[in-house]
Amino acid sequence: MQLAVWTYEGPPHVGAMRIATAMQGVHYVLHAPQGDTYADLLFTMIERREKRPPVTWTTFQARDLGGDTAELFMEAARDAFARFQPEAMLVGASCTAELIQDDPGGLATTLGLPIPVVPLELPAYQRKENWGAAETFYRLVRAFAGPAEARAPRDPARKPRCNILGPTALGFRHRDDVAEITKLLHSMGIEVVVTAPMGATPTDLKRLREADFNVVLYPEIAQVAATFLQRHLGQPFTRIVPIGVGATRDFMAEVATLAGLGQPATDGGGALRLPWYARSVDSNYLTGKRVFIFGDASHAIAAARIAQEELGFAVVGLGTYSREFGREIRAAAEKYGCEALISDDYLEVEERIAALQPELVLGTQMERHIAKKLGVPCAVISAPVHVQDFPARYAPQMGFEGANVIFDTWVHPLMMGLEEHLLGMFREDFEFRDGVAPSHLGHGPQPEPQAVVQAAGPASWANEAEAELRKIPFFVRGKARRNTERFAEERGIAVITIETLYDAKAHFSR
Amino acid sequence: MNGASAPQQHEGMRTEPAGCADVPILRERGQREVFCGLTGIIWLHRKIQDAFFLVVGSRTCAHLLQSAAGVMIFAEPRFATAIIEERDLAGLADANEELDRVVTRLIERRPDIRMLFLVGSCPSEVIKLDLSRAAQRLSQRFTSRVRVLNYSGSGIETTFTEGEDACLAALVPEMPAEPGTARSLLVVGALAEVVEDQFIRLFAALGVGPVRFLPSRRASELPAVGQGTRFLLAQPFLAGTARALEARGARHIPAPFPLGEEGTTAWLRAAAEVWGVSEERFAQATAPGRERARAALANHRATLDGKSIFFFPDSQLEVPLARFLSRELGMKPIEIGTPYLHRQHLAHELALLPAAAKLVEGQHVDRQLDRCREARPDMTVCGLGLANPLEAEGLTTKWSIELVFSPIQGYDQAGDLAGLFARPLVRREKLKV
Repeated sequence: MQLAVWTYEGPPHVGAMRIATAMQGVHYVLHAPQGDTYADLLFTMIERREKRPPVTWTTFQARDLGGDTAELFMEAARDAFARFQPEAMLVGASCTAELIQDDPGGLATTLGLPIPVVPLELPAYQRKENWGAAETFYRLVRAFAGPAEARAPRDPARKPRCNILGPTALGFRHRDDVAEITKLLHSMGIEVVVTAPMGATPTDLKRLREADFNVVLYPEIAQVAATFLQRHLGQPFTRIVPIGVGATRDFMAEVATLAGLGQPATDGGGALRLPWYARSVDSNYLTGKRVFIFGDASHAIAAARIAQEELGFAVVGLGTYSREFGREIRAAAEKYGCEALISDDYLEVEERIAALQPELVLGTQMERHIAKKLGVPCAVISAPVHVQDFPARYAPQMGFEGANVIFDTWVHPLMMGLEEHLLGMFREDFEFRDGVAPSHLGHGPQPEPQAVVQAAGPASWANEAEAELRKIPFFVRGKARRNTERFAEERGIAVITIETLYDAKAHFSR
Repeated sequence: MNGASAPQQHEGMRTEPAGCADVPILRERGQREVFCGLTGIIWLHRKIQDAFFLVVGSRTCAHLLQSAAGVMIFAEPRFATAIIEERDLAGLADANEELDRVVTRLIERRPDIRMLFLVGSCPSEVIKLDLSRAAQRLSQRFTSRVRVLNYSGSGIETTFTEGEDACLAALVPEMPAEPGTARSLLVVGALAEVVEDQFIRLFAALGVGPVRFLPSRRASELPAVGQGTRFLLAQPFLAGTARALEARGARHIPAPFPLGEEGTTAWLRAAAEVWGVSEERFAQATAPGRERARAALANHRATLDGKSIFFFPDSQLEVPLARFLSRELGMKPIEIGTPYLHRQHLAHELALLPAAAKLVEGQHVDRQLDRCREARPDMTVCGLGLANPLEAEGLTTKWSIELVFSPIQGYDQAGDLAGLFARPLVRREKLKV
């Protein structure tokens, strides 16, 4: 048993819902007890969808358990077919129905429906949402991909063609990422045959084979299907996730190679602003800001590269809840010289952030909450999402416009350069009390004092040093404290005095 | 009514049910678009300040709680989920030992907890994990520190607000015994603190008392119960709790529910009659509240009068709400869906419903949607899974969950309650895009 306060991912059948809801013409009949229908609201409320997810729930109750729950499932499947007339049906069980072992796949077969039925086995006590989405997408692709064949080389007279794989319902900025990357591919002279699952019908999946290669936008969701297509139809797929300027350029080079094109121009055609914004002098104050990054693996890894290489931050922590991609995260963390955190325990992530005392947190809605509690600025970079992660405006993460959006989003929560200096110089101004927010964000101070977990350091603080420390602006005070304690520890200093504080400042000055 | 004064007839409200048994009810079975009983934890964990709710369930249960809670509103909630994993099912780990380990860790983390509820879920019930035995075992282990209780909030056993019923019923055996037969009033059902305080003042003005509440704000301060206890239900979904209280000698005071000016008056009057409060004193104590409520309702009447309304089943509050909206605001209920209809507790309410309203118990969501689209009501009361899709079809909706999360009972909330229904209509009128 695992003690969970909050979860980063839902159960695997919610992943399957994200696929079914993203597609057209698919209906999912889910054997589940009353109450599991709460998942509908994720789509209708968080994503503000105008239609109910295409899911029929059997919603059995205790009185049904004594009777024939299998019959209940068959009735629900028959009714769903008659009412919604889907092109294809997914059938499966949620966690409780898995325990009663009614075998929805087998039952659906006996119904003899005139449409393809794709059974899903999503072990709810082992797997989670992203795995469920990946497995469902793979099962659908496999069901409709058609016979295996070897790829013939492309006729040079024809434009290269690709599919875009991975965007789902309830994905973090998937809607706008698809628009941005489609535009990018078109600008390179590449046609997009099918985008799936988002917007695709089962019939569209039959046309996946027309593409020369696949673009995998979200490996957590599409890598399994893309690997199958590579094996089955000889379609290679992209490995680079185009989030950030460098990654977008690398992605374009990778795509050009897969498409058999010359290397493309990667200057963004004048619409790319991040590089200049990062170089402009007012961005100087971003230098070396300590950031903690946590999210799904793809977004976290991409964020680390942007933070380090494109904004000049220092990555002090990098982690993911996607255990399936632990290896990739560890490799990235090593590259940035920090420790990887692979965990889906919210409390553990909170402890790590409190211990690292970053100046900016890039995370999910969970980390946004942790950061708020600790009084640290935060921007959201990954699912799990909340209603505000579906903005009305165009706000991709991918491609060159995505990089522009990221610059704005990450810099916005931070204190502006001069303001930071003024706060440092005039600590005793009565309006500069602790917890004061950047003035452009408008709201008042945090009511609760910064609850920094105080590790029992080896060196103790003399009173006057402690008082001096309080004169340092709160948003860098944590760092000053840590650095001073490290400095004292390394030199075997038992009591930190004002002298120690300034010696450490000189030592670590950047 | 067993009060000192004879039952009286008052303007507009029959205190005796009339002909409710004749009300035709459509019973439906099919897909239910409702929450399970675990959802009650969202308000109960704030209501009972020293209690912690540990769901023994699956990742789905944990995901439900955070989704229904609007995702992390609170710094650290007093609820969590012990997620059952493969090794618990395969027998590799003794589920009871695992549960003890999780509970021990939890109690170490939260030394402020005085009462711990182990809350059963669909999976824990299907695998027949005996939480009542676990609660006994853990209560012994943490004697004098933490009292461990259990109830089921599973979807196979409970629908939405029935989770609160199960929780309160689990508290009843914990209530201290009231010695003797001294009369006291117990108000049953979680209410907002502001509403409780208003009722305390009203009962004091009536001379009805002592007044106690279940649940109490602290689990360590449960009210006493005994032969002299008379109880009023503040919520219509508390069948099990009422039975448990009756088993301890308490007696139910039948009444409509305290929604609106009329409902609140009748609810107070039912208790006043038991206590033999004079008509004069009753009129004096309630007049200011009644006047304020009427004035507040008048502000919304123009918006709501004559508008048709359609209820999807949700909290069991549907029947009292329809009564309030039709009688005090002139709305026309077309269909009143409720997950479960407790005829006895709703007897007064059913008698006051307009004859044209169709009552539906249970749900077949697709058929109900067909009827709703056909009827094109001016307002549809439904859950969060249906609201935006219906809005997109041009229907005006009211999220039903807000009716459970807002203070709506009593005189001084009557206007707010009407406002919850008026706002979507006013908004639709306002928007020119």
